[in-house]
Amino acid sequence: MLYAILCYHDEDHVGSWTKEQDAAVMTKLAVVQDKLTKQGRLGPVARLLPTTAATTLRKDDPPLVLDGPYAETKEQLLGFYVVDCKNLDEALDVARDLGAANPGGAYEIRPVGLFRPGSVQS
Amino acid sequence: MTDTAWIDAALTSARPQAVGALLRYFRNLDTAEEAFQNACLRALKSWPQNGPPRDPAAWLIMVGRNVAIDDIRRTSKQQALPEDEAISDLDDAEEQLAERLDGSHYRDDILRLLFICCHPDLPATQQIALALRIVSGLTVKQIARAFLVSEAAMEQRITRAKARVADADVPFETPGAVERSERLVSVAAMIYLIFNEGYSASGDTAEIRSPLCEEAIRLARLLLRLFQSEPEIMGLTALLLLQHARAAARFDADGAVILLDDQDRSLWNKSLIAEGLALIDKAMRHRRSGPYQVQAAIAALHARAEKPEDTDWTQIDLLYGALEIMQPSPVVTLNRAVAVSKVKGPEAALDMIEPLAQRLSNYFHYFGVRGAFLMQLGRNDEARIAFDRAIALANTSAEAAHIRMHLDRLQRDSQPRGKKAGK
Repeated sequence: MLYAILCYHDEDHVGSWTKEQDAAVMTKLAVVQDKLTKQGRLGPVARLLPTTAATTLRKDDPPLVLDGPYAETKEQLLGFYVVDCKNLDEALDVARDLGAANPGGAYEIRPVGLFRPGSVQS
Repeated sequence: MTDTAWIDAALTSARPQAVGALLRYFRNLDTAEEAFQNACLRALKSWPQNGPPRDPAAWLIMVGRNVAIDDIRRTSKQQALPEDEAISDLDDAEEQLAERLDGSHYRDDILRLLFICCHPDLPATQQIALALRIVSGLTVKQIARAFLVSEAAMEQRITRAKARVADADVPFETPGAVERSERLVSVAAMIYLIFNEGYSASGDTAEIRSPLCEEAIRLARLLLRLFQSEPEIMGLTALLLLQHARAAARFDADGAVILLDDQDRSLWNKSLIAEGLALIDKAMRHRRSGPYQVQAAIAALHARAEKPEDTDWTQIDLLYGALEIMQPSPVVTLNRAVAVSKVKGPEAALDMIEPLAQRLSNYFHYFGVRGAFLMQLGRNDEARIAFDRAIALANTSAEAAHIRMHLDRLQRDSQPRGKKAGK
């Protein structure tokens, strides 16, 4: 079974880390990740850019584009995509296509800062 | 991360919201700061034992408020009772606290706190020092170091600024839409000033002053999180990120300036660039252009070019043209001329800056740029005169050293062939 581990933390707090603190955390995380990679168990890993870089597409009819992250608590996180796009407009187009196929709810579109594709086979 | 490092980061990140809320309760900057300090002291005792609270800012506001009210009550027993209205709006605060923390207030709390620091009576350096002290919570020692002045001088500067702000009438009502957007403009300008303080440092001080750039970026991100749909705040944040991304490549080991074309682009910070590009992309969708967005778009074109020759100078020329209309200034025209020199050649660029001579007669960069154009045209004697003038006007030793490099090259070129000076 594949498990997704979703990372939550206070963004203000993480943003207040010094460069050295941030690097120290990343180094410690890399130790855990490396172990999993050697075992062939690690899938894609992504560190997202801050929520200030996020845009939300409400899958209404017509879809509504809002600045900022998805802030409602009525809905739950059910899945995610990682798509290679030239810019935000292209990413929004993809999200609109997906939304047309599956209306209701919302997509939060967030640029990925750091990405490792991983090696796990499903 | 150790416990203390974690707590430090938590206190730093909670500070703007907590001090902003305490200021709203007490309507006095010193009381608010003192209340926050007391709350921090208690946090340092309580958090390692009891674990961190779920919402550190709410904890600090609650504790800071209670300690300060106790203090007021204690002194009131010794002295005459305070005026009723001095504490009357505190009574209902407890019940309303949770609700107030919900977000609607704290946005304006933080904006007010930032706005107080941009009081128009305060000179720019005092605005910046005050913001770094009050909003960012940097120590006087840290700020003094970043400004390259003594601690005593900085202490005095901040005290003076606080006194002036205390006399000013700070409106505590929730601002209306127009007022809010006016505050945003002032605050954005102040954040830009903080950044420039760090960015304009010379090579030998860049390292010491770069915390100013990082703090400006943190404040810009904070402001953008509060005002998510403001394209100019997106533009400002993008601009700062894209400029700061080049920090590691801007100076050589001796502290001399390395111009954009000569920088090692592999040293540019890719994650900051990615964030900056994402933000400018977001901002453009609003089709409400502004000076920060245009400047960020220019920085983005540089950031996108993997090699200097890939730079889209035509587009940069157009963007500077747009900026000239929004914010007419001889410095903008001077910058545009550099783009024009790449697109149409040095002759056209020189024609463009000729009319600026009088207004920029004391501006280092004018003579540096003019000298470079003349040198490209082979008018070496005139170039030398311009460079000499630039050196006389240089603000930092790094600027002077950079111009001297041009003069050396002119010197070498004018020597007879075969006698070329070594490297």
